[in-house]
Amino acid sequence: MHSTPTSNPPVEDEDFDLWIEAGHAEKHYWLDLWRYRELFVILAWRDVAVRYKQTVAGTAWALVQPFLSMVIMTLIFGRVAGLPSIGNAPYAIMVFAALLPWQFFSNALSASGQSVVSNRDMISKVYFPRIIVPTASVLVSFVDFLVSLLILAAMMAWYQFPPGWNLLALPAFMFLAAVSALGAGLVLTALTVQYRDFRFLVPFIVQFGMFVSPVGYNSAVIVEKLGSELSWLYYVYCLNPLVFVIEGFRWCVLGGEFRLLESPMLVSLAVSFLLLAAGIAYFRKTERSFADVI
Amino acid sequence: MGNEIVIRVEGLSKKYILGQRAGSAGGLRHAIEDAVAAPFRLAKRLVSGAGNSPSTPEEMEFWALQDVSFDVRRGEVVGIIGRNGAGKSTLLKVLSRITEPTKGRIGLKGRVASLLEVGTGFHPELSGRENVYLNGAVLGMRQAEVRQKFDEIVAFAGVEKFLDTPVKRYSSGMYVRLAFAVAAHLEPEILIVDEVLAVGDSEFQKKCLDKMREVTDGGRTVLFVSHNLSAVAALCGRAIYLKAGKVMMTGESGPVIARYQSDVAHQEAEPVSNPAFRSGSGTHRIHEIRATSKDFRPRGPLEFVATIRRHAPETPFHFSMHFRDEWDVAVFAINSEYLEGLSLKPGDQEVTVRIATPWLPPGDYRADAYLHCNGIIDHWPDACRFRVGADVAVQGYSSASAKNAGKVLADFKMEILPAGGKP
Repeated sequence: MHSTPTSNPPVEDEDFDLWIEAGHAEKHYWLDLWRYRELFVILAWRDVAVRYKQTVAGTAWALVQPFLSMVIMTLIFGRVAGLPSIGNAPYAIMVFAALLPWQFFSNALSASGQSVVSNRDMISKVYFPRIIVPTASVLVSFVDFLVSLLILAAMMAWYQFPPGWNLLALPAFMFLAAVSALGAGLVLTALTVQYRDFRFLVPFIVQFGMFVSPVGYNSAVIVEKLGSELSWLYYVYCLNPLVFVIEGFRWCVLGGEFRLLESPMLVSLAVSFLLLAAGIAYFRKTERSFADVI
Repeated sequence: MGNEIVIRVEGLSKKYILGQRAGSAGGLRHAIEDAVAAPFRLAKRLVSGAGNSPSTPEEMEFWALQDVSFDVRRGEVVGIIGRNGAGKSTLLKVLSRITEPTKGRIGLKGRVASLLEVGTGFHPELSGRENVYLNGAVLGMRQAEVRQKFDEIVAFAGVEKFLDTPVKRYSSGMYVRLAFAVAAHLEPEILIVDEVLAVGDSEFQKKCLDKMREVTDGGRTVLFVSHNLSAVAALCGRAIYLKAGKVMMTGESGPVIARYQSDVAHQEAEPVSNPAFRSGSGTHRIHEIRATSKDFRPRGPLEFVATIRRHAPETPFHFSMHFRDEWDVAVFAINSEYLEGLSLKPGDQEVTVRIATPWLPPGDYRADAYLHCNGIIDHWPDACRFRVGADVAVQGYSSASAKNAGKVLADFKMEILPAGGKP
């Protein structure tokens, strides 16, 4: 009778392209990601294509939601509460300039949190860098975000509020919005795979987040209430990465004083990048066991 | 060059931790304690990092693979056989990098593609054309490559007319054909294939086997898991027999298969009667399959009643049974899919099965049961065992000649024509 193992001839480690080992950090992680770059685009395309199949209004849904939120916030914060706008900008435009990055962030967060769980079949049957899944869903939200920029353009035309040269900086802030969304999204995705509790937590975070971010009001209102920009409470407020992103957006669209280099604001900027670094690190640490726990 | 090692597996082990099943013990007090302790446990795990959290006493360890080692050389076609739960699928998952090994390591050389399921990533709302591109990307093909092979893929699947129809309107046959067609056009240096041939009609299975043969003749290295021992014998030069996570035997496929078959014949049943431990998506589960008689007669009919329970809402699905003899050789299979227009509606139900032919020689038989709908919903290996008694002689077969006649008995007639041919 045969028995095992047969005597294995010695091999050199370099003879193989890839060694799969426990707890072994992927040597070619980023290269692998680059190889699968098409999958990333295709998954995003799939989500966009699928979402509007069998809907009557189609892409219009991406426009209706932010528009209605803007109307409500303008009424509540601008008219009822009587909060000031920035310079001579119409309150509606001030709100909308903040709603765009906020909605992008919150949509990306909800979508990416669910993404790995809802692509469970793929995760448990085929290998690809897992990080593609939440990243693709952030990309989908980014597409919606680009579409809703059209409303902003329409509103500026309606109010006859021409943008200044500041608008050219908008892509930089869009990039920052994506950094924050991806960072938070990756952390939540990894947590949701392990603990489905986070499914219930995300809507809460999103709801809560809208009030602690300067969406319906501008952060100058906060500074005024606190007395000074250097109040420690204002630093706490600026731990929210979206404060920088949102105020940056407003500066691009509305112009006005450039106050983004003040120290509390820089805290907010730093948090964005820290969040992304933490998100990638935590995701990479947990993704190897996704197929076992999903 | 020809005997260069392209896959090396060294001391590979994989541990799973089975959480305590809900409702298995404890009652309310435990549940509350658990709920109170949960946030602390959660915090502890978050800090320690998921994946390598220490196992608490309530968690059960399970070694799906233990110290598995083997080499595969370039151009070899290796079959992996063993009972369900022997670790075959886990081995493929580790090899395809879907899950991480607990110990040991694997060296791979060349582009690897794995096919653990056909149609992974297919989206029902998208058209056939869109799904080909999507599925290709999921399997690791370049879009340019898919574009170049597109016509070939579509022709192989035979769905030219339905390219722009959403695949949710496809028959399950068309769906599987299209999905396999994409996979068949992968051109990796190492191909890892799980039991993808278990579903689908026989004509399609033949097509798949032919394609597999073409792939293997092309000098590619293939690892192939199957319950279809004759397919393993036909396709694979070597085989690895896994039992309870360990390699029992490796070598030329003939002797390995023979060893496996003799083990199976002498082994007691270990049916996976608890659905929670079975594979499949689990939206519906078979809770019981009962043979209506302890001893069937060779001349049949065979009758079974299956009790199916719904666990989650789903689309209609199919029920199939695959019959094997005591040597674990497939004898025949039945499938609700073959009955025109019969699909099972979601919900709890009982299905009765009546099989008029074939006539089976006396002996012990067992059946695997499946619920499926494009993918496998429930797979119950060894779901039902029954015996065909030796008491009645059939069609002139004696009980001894019936046993030696072959896998089935024939219902036959002969007519003697007068010499010269025409009556």
